[in-house]
Amino acid sequence: MQLLGIGILSWITFLPVAGMILILLLPKDNKNLVRWSAAAITGLQLLLAVVIFMKFDRSLTGINTEAGFQFLEKARWIDIPALSWFGRIQIDYFLGIDGISVLMVILTALISFIAVFSSWGIEKSLKGYFALLLLLDAGMMGVFVSLDFFLFYVFWEVMLLPMYFLIGIWGGPRREYAAIKFFLYTLFGSVLMLLAVIALYFSVSIADPSTGEHVHTFNMLAMMNPSNYAADSILGGINTSMRYLAFVALFIGFAIKVPIFPFHTWLPDAHVEAPTAISVVLAGVLLKMGTYGILRVCYSMFPDASAHYQIPIAILGFISIVYGALVAMAQTDFKKLIAYSSISHMGVVVLGIAAQNTQGIIGGVMQMFNHGTITAMLFLIVGVIYDRAHTRGLNDFGGLMNQMPKYAGIMTIAFFAALGLPGLSGFISEMFSFLGAFQAFRGIAIAATIGIVLTAAYMLWTLQRLFLGTLPDKWKTLPDINGRELFMLVPLAVIVIFLGLYPAPMIDLMSSSVNTLVGVFKPELGAGLIGH
Amino acid sequence: MTPATIIQLSLAILLLPLFSFVTLIFLGKRMPRQGDWFGLGMLMICLAMAVAVLASSLGSEEAAVLNIPWVNFGTLPVIGPLQMQIGISVDHLTAIMLVVVTLVSTLVHLFSIGYMQGDIRYSRYFAYLGIFTFSMLLIVLTNNFFLIYVGWELVGLSSYLLIGHWYEKKSASDAAKKAFIVNRVGDIGMFTGIMILYYNFRTFGFTEIFHAIGSGQIPMGSEAWLTAAGILIFCGAVGKSAQFPLHVWLPDAMEGPTPVSALIHAATMVAAGVYLVARTFPMMTADALMVIAYTGAITAFISATIAIAQNDIKKVLAYSTISQLGYMVMGLGVGAYTAGFFHLVTHAMFKAGLFLGSGSIIHAMHHAMHHENDHHSDPQDIRNMGGLRKKMPITFLAFLMYTLAICGVPFTSGFLSKDEILAGTLAYGNLTGHLLIPIVGFLVAGMTAFYMFRIVILAFLGHHADEKRYAHIHESPATMTIPLVIFAALSFFAFYSFNPFGASDGWFFHAVERPQSVVPASVQAAGIEAFEEAAHHAHIPAMGLSLLVAAIGILTAFATYQWKKISADAWATRMKGVHTFLVNKWYFDELYGAVVVGGTLAITQFLRWIDENIVDGLVNGTASWTLAVVFGYSDHAKGKNLSAKMFLLVGFASAVLAGLWMGQWFWPYHSAAGSVAVGVLAGLLTLFFFWSGAGGFDKYIVDGIVNGAAYTSGFFGILFKKFQTGKVQSYLVLVILGVMLFFFWFK
Repeated sequence: MQLLGIGILSWITFLPVAGMILILLLPKDNKNLVRWSAAAITGLQLLLAVVIFMKFDRSLTGINTEAGFQFLEKARWIDIPALSWFGRIQIDYFLGIDGISVLMVILTALISFIAVFSSWGIEKSLKGYFALLLLLDAGMMGVFVSLDFFLFYVFWEVMLLPMYFLIGIWGGPRREYAAIKFFLYTLFGSVLMLLAVIALYFSVSIADPSTGEHVHTFNMLAMMNPSNYAADSILGGINTSMRYLAFVALFIGFAIKVPIFPFHTWLPDAHVEAPTAISVVLAGVLLKMGTYGILRVCYSMFPDASAHYQIPIAILGFISIVYGALVAMAQTDFKKLIAYSSISHMGVVVLGIAAQNTQGIIGGVMQMFNHGTITAMLFLIVGVIYDRAHTRGLNDFGGLMNQMPKYAGIMTIAFFAALGLPGLSGFISEMFSFLGAFQAFRGIAIAATIGIVLTAAYMLWTLQRLFLGTLPDKWKTLPDINGRELFMLVPLAVIVIFLGLYPAPMIDLMSSSVNTLVGVFKPELGAGLIGH
Repeated sequence: MTPATIIQLSLAILLLPLFSFVTLIFLGKRMPRQGDWFGLGMLMICLAMAVAVLASSLGSEEAAVLNIPWVNFGTLPVIGPLQMQIGISVDHLTAIMLVVVTLVSTLVHLFSIGYMQGDIRYSRYFAYLGIFTFSMLLIVLTNNFFLIYVGWELVGLSSYLLIGHWYEKKSASDAAKKAFIVNRVGDIGMFTGIMILYYNFRTFGFTEIFHAIGSGQIPMGSEAWLTAAGILIFCGAVGKSAQFPLHVWLPDAMEGPTPVSALIHAATMVAAGVYLVARTFPMMTADALMVIAYTGAITAFISATIAIAQNDIKKVLAYSTISQLGYMVMGLGVGAYTAGFFHLVTHAMFKAGLFLGSGSIIHAMHHAMHHENDHHSDPQDIRNMGGLRKKMPITFLAFLMYTLAICGVPFTSGFLSKDEILAGTLAYGNLTGHLLIPIVGFLVAGMTAFYMFRIVILAFLGHHADEKRYAHIHESPATMTIPLVIFAALSFFAFYSFNPFGASDGWFFHAVERPQSVVPASVQAAGIEAFEEAAHHAHIPAMGLSLLVAAIGILTAFATYQWKKISADAWATRMKGVHTFLVNKWYFDELYGAVVVGGTLAITQFLRWIDENIVDGLVNGTASWTLAVVFGYSDHAKGKNLSAKMFLLVGFASAVLAGLWMGQWFWPYHSAAGSVAVGVLAGLLTLFFFWSGAGGFDKYIVDGIVNGAAYTSGFFGILFKKFQTGKVQSYLVLVILGVMLFFFWFK
């Protein structure tokens, strides 16, 4: 599908870059023009995402065949004729989406749009802020649509830089510490990923259609086909220790992003220091890049190692769920509590996809989307109270229910969605993740249900500390939520309720891709991963 | 009525309260009278339809079913196409529950119009009643485990909202939170049970699962798992029906408005657990049923003992509710299926009545105290009441009727249902030898009669504690007394059976028959015929015994509180230990508070410390260690934090290791002195490296060696200049000496 001769995925990815240039050219003094331009750009992007949602063919399989992907764009990007020992280098500009990435594309567009509105109050170097925000948007979108590993890696790193500056310049008191920590930690993961990418590159080669010459490639789909691996190459064969090593390197790279225990400690710091909009993007989209990478790269390219490490991954998911919930309960800073709850909720994603069966992965991917919307609400909610009261101490509040009734209503929806109340979207994804997990590893799944109680406990406790009881005198002047804030929160709440009642549209989007992905585990490994 | 019509009506019954909720939450405040009439109207329509559904459903044996596909998982590898359906079905059990729920809910709506008059969140309150009714109806209508779990949690939500209705009070918000969390503990058990069933049968449908089990397909191929699945499902009931050990939330739930206590915490929501057991009864193995029976018996006993020692009227009723729920669960567990479910229905009527009656009393007491400007006395304390009979005759007569019913006095509904349960426990005791269960059953019946009449005597008979206040006590308005009268009428036997001494001839026992067990014969409980036979024989003795214990209970209550032949205070002092133990509710709250809550909080604080100091400490450690390696320990951390201490420790360890290693391998002659010398040197150098950092090491050692070399070469240059004699002989001597040296070296 093309618009003006350019593919829709290029549009949706590079529109924010165009917007960034536009904003840099705008006059500095006209702040509203800058804001509205950013809103218009992300609005257009959201519109494109809706078009993609409508046009998306639900029956295509995706995952490992080019024919299964949609909205494909492929062009030779870099072509360097044979260098001495390196061989010919061919890198493609290769975009496409399937059932797993389409939800992430929609989520990215949605959250970016909302992030622009939640940045309305930013006053410090407005142009730079929005330019970086749009660059971040482009980087995230690029990660989800790339099918060439080189391109994927470029977008992965592109996203890092604006994030560093957005936290480091517009953040809270300890912003520099948090920004550097975020940057170095993620960079550490990227280095591991880079090593694995290079190993993959030298192991995989495909025939150039024009010359018939075998050249190494970064094509991700080629990397998923075992027949493209040279037998004597470093990652050739199955179940070799080099393949396990490469899998672990990639997994750690992605696990840092998710973040999975014990790689999570950058997250609370980054969240606490980041401005509200950046927290929303961080929790809403960025974390999903980790689990997306696990599905797209680790699982699809290393089904043997994925199966081998299934139980350790599940245990990490379990630890993230329970540990995240327990540490969240001990927090007194509202934002830090939500940050830890993110770790717990992303643990559900990890548990679900560790199941490596249809329900588990569907549950996991749904949880990625649902956590994106729910946690975006939660961070917006933190932002609302922080903007007004300039504190986030949970023990400083109480009785806000009467003072800010609309706010309380929205927040009740978000909180109950986060604790997995049926009728709201979080429940569906949690339920499917657990159902899938139970089919693969009973004990861990049962143990992880403790997280359900713990989440209820800390969420309700937080709700009580903020809203119930009596209102301290100093908050008697707090205004209720305003129109702009409602404009951000109400659509999210509607999505949360709708998908809680009727998740079928979301499942239809991905079911054939997920089933294909699950099938990847079968042919070479035999049955036994699903059920009995 | 065709099945299709029944389904349509049932859907309407289900959705109207939801509609009421949505309307009232958004528009309630703008509607005339804040929309109370709207909620009530919706419920009255529901009630009318529910009665029609019941009447029609009783005429047919087939259940009306509706299933719709909900999500489609596509074609799974290995397994094939997989769909998930949701649906409802209406059989006798459901139809009866529909009437019970809508009836109680309607009357509670009506009662609340009087009781909640002037409340700050009047319309919100009615909205919440709507969502509660919807969730409860969902539980009873659905035909699968998925939706029942959904309803289960939504009921938990509405209960949370209603208990916390007066959330300005800390005790109310605490109670709401406690109710939700304690219920969740039971729910994860239920959830696990559902996972086991789904894993094995790939469906949530009751009928499909029972059918699969009946055809010999049991979870994981093991009967133990089947039993486990049954007990885990029952865990949900333990939470919601407040069974031991999760009963602690229910007494606290009385923080909510009293009509809510009647609706949720006495008549309907807490009965959901009993309904769940009844619904899943066919898949329960003998062992699972035994666990259920004992849980019920323990619950009935513990809460009856606590009820005796409480003075708050609502607390007594709360513990009485727990006790009666234990009765029902015990009834189902022993196999008296119909009796247990029957007791659910009769209890719903008289217990809702009891709570509304107590609401009527509290309402009157509250007003009177308000009049007297008395804000210290507790309007719920029965010791502050007395003599209300004359002032509130309707409330009194209704309350007396309910009390007679709960005590199991003939001609009441309670007599019928209780008697059947007791006969069932006797039969069970005879069949299996578990005699403890019937013993507890009769004991509890006696205690119930005692503590219920204790309330009646202290509240309605005798003299009022405060004459001035007494003057201001009035009967409640008609919106409140009408529901009381209706519930009182429904506590009469004739609604359930025309024979006042046996329910088994009534319509109810024909409508609700114990379903055939589907579990393998080896783990099945006593079959229907054997049980019926035993129960039939036990019927007459059970009736006699139950009448006897009820009479003893009632007479003791009169002897103690009316005729003052027995002094309650004297007994309390004489059995001080026991009394304190009971007043403090067996110290369950204290135990859970210390162990579960305190333990969890301690763990969270500990993990927070771990997270900040160890997990993140490692991350920050990499940074501070990099700095330390660069700038040296002395310059960097000076032993202030954990990381620096660890750094120093690692530095020492490295120094020792380096010394040992170097000393052992670097000296060619393995001479002890040489090894030690090199070892010490290497150790010192390493230590110096850690101490001074790379910068210092570079400056002092590496550069020092370079400078030293320059200096040394300069020195040797001057020295060797002296050898430059120009004499060949001298050179030769030097070369030979050198060669000898090398020979000596490489020998």
